[in-house]
Amino acid sequence: MMKYTAKITIALKEGMLDPEARAIQHALANLGFSTEALSTARVFFITIDAENEEAAKAEAERMCERLLANPVIHRYEVEVGA
Amino acid sequence: MRFAVVQFGGSNCDRDVLHAVSDVCGVDCDLVWYKDGITKDYDAIVIPGGFSYGDYLRAGAIAARTPVMEGIRRHAAAGGLVLGICNGAQIGAESGLVPGTFTTNATPKFICRPICLRVETTASPFTRLYKEGEVIRVPIAHKEGRYVASPEELTRLNAEGRVAFRFCDADGNVTPVANPNGAAENITGVLGGPAKNVLCLMPHPERASEEVLGSADGKKIFLGMIRGIEEAGSRA
Repeated sequence: MMKYTAKITIALKEGMLDPEARAIQHALANLGFSTEALSTARVFFITIDAENEEAAKAEAERMCERLLANPVIHRYEVEVGA
Repeated sequence: MRFAVVQFGGSNCDRDVLHAVSDVCGVDCDLVWYKDGITKDYDAIVIPGGFSYGDYLRAGAIAARTPVMEGIRRHAAAGGLVLGICNGAQIGAESGLVPGTFTTNATPKFICRPICLRVETTASPFTRLYKEGEVIRVPIAHKEGRYVASPEELTRLNAEGRVAFRFCDADGNVTPVANPNGAAENITGVLGGPAKNVLCLMPHPERASEEVLGSADGKKIFLGMIRGIEEAGSRA
């Protein structure tokens, strides 16, 4: 078994309203920053033991399916490094 | 007849529901700590409002994946009544008891105020004592209550009469202005289960069950459940 660190990014699906992003964009505008687009995402770093990189990635994806993401509104991306 | 109110760490409307069910409606009701699980036959299980697990990750996400939910899902699948209120509705949606999800309000702030709801169907145990199209006043108190579902799911909900309540104005008009949180099609109460025996709603009927609270309109949800149980024969 090897230790792998999965970087899991959970973001809203394309076209989903992102109220927090909108509020942040307004706040940036108030500070004089003009932004064309702004979206938010959440990142998890999870260290796991696995046989290999593929197994670690598959395990991280199962975590997304079971808990970390809500398929109604979210998409996720998993990157695995040693 | 016996109701259960499930308590998670962070539930804070459990005793309000207990009061509404037992003192106001006169039905026996147990508070059930989630770690103890559903060990008895109950006629109805209520998942109350609050902030289970501090709303970490997403409101209701962690509570929805605790073992007690297995018992609640079995109860619902067998046609038993399940009422999810506010955080309970978020938990219900996260655990698949109703389709869709409740997420951050379109204006991302906590909204706590009385609101008007239009009763969309009376063909459910929860809404049978209302009139179709009736406007009722029940408060909301949430930051993550905006109902979201895919267009296909919304079509199905409408076709199957699974929308229980929509936000409306005092005259019953379902308009964007009357929609406090940006919910899809103003939906804030969704029916699930094989016999529309699950209701997940963001408004708090237990906070509108006595005139002294400003409205008793929510009481009919509990009374409707009780009437249904009486007709079907209590099993608890």
